[in-house]
Amino acid sequence: MAPIAAVAAPKRRKNMLSDGQGTLAAILLSPTMLVILVVVGIPIIMSVREAFFAIPSGVDANGRVFTEEQFVGFANFTDIFASTDMVNAVWGPMNRLVNSFLNTTFFTVVCVIIETILGVAMALIMARAFKGRGLVRASILVPWAIPTIVSAMMWKLIFDSAGVMNKILGQTVLWLGDGPQSQWAVIIADVWKTAPFIGLLTLAGLQTIPSDVYEAAKVDGANAWQQFTRITLPMVKPALVVAVLFRTLDTLRMFDLPFGMIGPSKYSVETMSMFSYQEARNLRYGPAAAYAIILFLYLVLIAFLFVSLLGADVVGDEELKAVSAQRKRAKAAAKAAGHSSTPTRTTITSGESPT
Amino acid sequence: MSHARTARRVLAAALSVSALVALAACSSGATPSASTSGSASTSTDWTTKGPINYVQGKDTSGYVQKIIDKWNAANADQKVTLIELSDNADQQRQSMINNAQTKGGSNYDVLSVDVVWTAEFAANSMLAELPKDQLNLDGYLPAAVDASTYFGKLYAMPSTSDGALLYYRKDLLDAAGITNPPTTWEEMVTDCKAVQEKNSGIGCYGGQFQKYEGLTCNIAEWINSAGGQFLDASGKPQVNNEAAMAGVNALVGYFKDGTILKEELTWQEEQSRQAFQDGKIVFLRNWPYVYSLASKTDGSSKVAGKFAIAPIPGLTGPGVSTLGGHNMGISEFSKNKGTALEFIKWWNSEENQKANLIQTSNAPTVVSLYSDPELTKKFPYLTTLYSSIEKAQARPKVVKYGDATLAIQDAAYAAITYGATGQGTDPKAAFDALQTKLTTLIG
Repeated sequence: MAPIAAVAAPKRRKNMLSDGQGTLAAILLSPTMLVILVVVGIPIIMSVREAFFAIPSGVDANGRVFTEEQFVGFANFTDIFASTDMVNAVWGPMNRLVNSFLNTTFFTVVCVIIETILGVAMALIMARAFKGRGLVRASILVPWAIPTIVSAMMWKLIFDSAGVMNKILGQTVLWLGDGPQSQWAVIIADVWKTAPFIGLLTLAGLQTIPSDVYEAAKVDGANAWQQFTRITLPMVKPALVVAVLFRTLDTLRMFDLPFGMIGPSKYSVETMSMFSYQEARNLRYGPAAAYAIILFLYLVLIAFLFVSLLGADVVGDEELKAVSAQRKRAKAAAKAAGHSSTPTRTTITSGESPT
Repeated sequence: MSHARTARRVLAAALSVSALVALAACSSGATPSASTSGSASTSTDWTTKGPINYVQGKDTSGYVQKIIDKWNAANADQKVTLIELSDNADQQRQSMINNAQTKGGSNYDVLSVDVVWTAEFAANSMLAELPKDQLNLDGYLPAAVDASTYFGKLYAMPSTSDGALLYYRKDLLDAAGITNPPTTWEEMVTDCKAVQEKNSGIGCYGGQFQKYEGLTCNIAEWINSAGGQFLDASGKPQVNNEAAMAGVNALVGYFKDGTILKEELTWQEEQSRQAFQDGKIVFLRNWPYVYSLASKTDGSSKVAGKFAIAPIPGLTGPGVSTLGGHNMGISEFSKNKGTALEFIKWWNSEENQKANLIQTSNAPTVVSLYSDPELTKKFPYLTTLYSSIEKAQARPKVVKYGDATLAIQDAAYAAITYGATGQGTDPKAAFDALQTKLTTLIG
C-alpha cells in the first residue's frame, strides 16, 4: 500500500489537516518542548534508571558505608514481595508498600466520592441566583485557597486530644494517634479542602446549560429529581468527569496532609508518596525510585481508565477530534468499498466530511 | 502511509531516548572522582585557613550571631558566616545530607550535629576525622565524648548536652504531706493517689508518647531505668530480656490503669508541657527548657513557683535519662579545615560554654560548669540536671539511625497503644520483634 500511495501522491502531506506550516509550528514549540524535556523528561528517565540501582548495605573496616551504586536489576521491585518490612495497621499485617498502596487507594476512593457529592451540591447552591451569592461563592472557595500544609497544621490543632473536635464530641478520640480514626481525620480535612475544587469546575459546567432546556422539561411536567438526573447530570458530565479525574490523580499523590497532620511513618495513614519519601530520607534512593515508579504507573493506569471508560476529555482539542473522526469515516468508507481506498487530499478545518 | 509514519515515530523516540541515556551517563560519570576524595580522610590538612560557614538549626535566641561577630572581630581574615537551617531537626539533617552530596559544591564547613546523627554522618564520609592530639577533651562529659566517637575515632566536639528531669507539683505534694519527690515509679504512683484524693481529676504522669523521636528517648529511659540495658556494654541491643521487659511492662501497665492518660499517645514535648502548666498532671518528664517557661509569671503558667525538679524515677531507685544534645563536626569537604578546627575549639571552650548557657540556657558539656556557683544560682536546676546527664545513656549509635529509631518507635507505640486502648500489639511480641530488627541493623 505504501509504495502505491507514494507514487500517487509524492508531495502528500502526512497530516491532511495541515496547511503546510508544520515546520514553523515545530520551531515555535521547540523552546517549550525543550523545557519540558529538561524539567520532566530527564528526571523521569533518571529516576527510572535509579530504580534499577542500589547501594550495598553494611560498612567497611573503617565503619564507612559504601557509596558506589550497583546495578541490581529488578531487585528493588521484587524485594517488595520478599521484604521483611512488615507493618500492622488498619489492613492487618502486610508489607509496608502494599499497606501504603491500600491506604492510598482507600483515601482516593472515599475522599473523591464524598468530595464529588459535596462539590456538586455546592455547585448547585452557587448556581442559584439569590441574595449574597457572591459571599457564598467566595466563602466556599476559601478552603481551596489555603495551602495544604497550612490546613494540615490547622486541622492538627482541631484534632488535638484537647482540641475543638473532641470538645464538640465530648470524648477523647485520639485522632493524631495511629488507627482508623486517624484515617477519618485525614479524610475530613481533605474533603473540607478540596470539595470546593469540584464545586468550582461543576459550577462552570452548570452555567453552560441553557435555561430553555429546563423550561421545556417543566412544560413536560418533569419534577426536580428528574430534571437533575436527566438534564443537569448528563450536561454537566464532561466538566464533572475532568474535575473528578484531577481530584483522583491529586489524591493518589497525597502527601502533605497526612504527613503534616498525623506525622511520618504512621502506617494507618501512610500513602505511597510518603513511603517513597521516607525511603529516600533513609538514603535508599533505589527503592524510593522504584516505589515512585509504581505510583507513577498506577496513576497512568487510573488516568487511562478514566479517559477510555468515562470519556474524560482533558485536552479538548477540536482539531484532534476532527482528525480521528475523519480517520473513522475513511475506515468506514474503505470497509463499505470492500478494498483500500485512495486517501482524499482535501484539507478539513471544521471536521465536516468532504463528500 | 501508516508504515512511514510509524517508522518516523520510532526513529524519533529512539533518538530522544539515546540522547537522554547519554545525558544520564554523563552525570553518573562524575561519581568515581568524587568518591576518591571521600576516602582521602587519613591525610587531612589541618593548616588551611580562610573564611568558613557554620551551619546549625534556627538561632531562636539571636545569640549565635553575636558570638560569631566576636570571633570575626578577632579573626578578620578567617570570617565565619552563620547559615541557619530549619528549626525542625529532620529538615536540618536532610539539608546537611543534601549539601554533602554535592561533594565539591558543598559550602558547609562546621556542622552542628545532633548526637544521634554522628554515626550516620561519619559513616557516610560527611565528617572529617578530628585530630585527637589537637583537642583536649579532658573535663568534658564522657557520655557526650562517646557520642562524638565512631569506630574509635573522634568525629565531633561535644557542644551542648541534654538530659531528662522530673518536674513535680511541690505544692500538691506538700499538701498531701509528702516531703521528698519519688525516686521509684511505685512511690510516684502512691504520691499521685495521695494527691488525687484531694484534687480529683488531676492526672498523674506526663511524658512524650507520640510516635516520633521523643518516644525513642522515653522508652529507652523506661528500659534503662528498670535495670535493663537498651544496648549492652558491647553495643548489642537487649530490649526483650527480663530486665528490659520489666520497664516496658511497667509503662504499659501505667497506661492500662490510667496513671498515664490515654491522650498521652499523642503528646510531644509541648503538649505535655502545656498539660503540666495548666495543672492537669502532677509529674512531668521533660527537658530542661521547660523550667524557665513553667516559671513564667505572666499568666501563661498556672504552676509558676509551685513546682520543683528531681531526677527521673526508676524501678528500684533513680532512673536513667537518655542523652541529648549537639556536637560540632567539620565537613569532609571543607576547604579551610584549619580555621574550622580553631573555631570549634574556641566555640566549645569552657568560657564560651558558660556564656552560651547564660544566654541560651543550653546545657554545657564541660563538667566543671555544673558546679559553678554563679551558674547554679541563675539556673537552680543545674545540679539536678548534672545528676541526670552524668548517668545518661546514649541512643543506639547506628549508621541507619532512621531505621533503628523507627523500629523502636514501632514496637513502643504498638505496646503502649495495647496498654491504653487494647489495640496494638502485646508488649512481649512487639519487643521480641524489635530485638530481631535491631540486631540486624546494629550487628
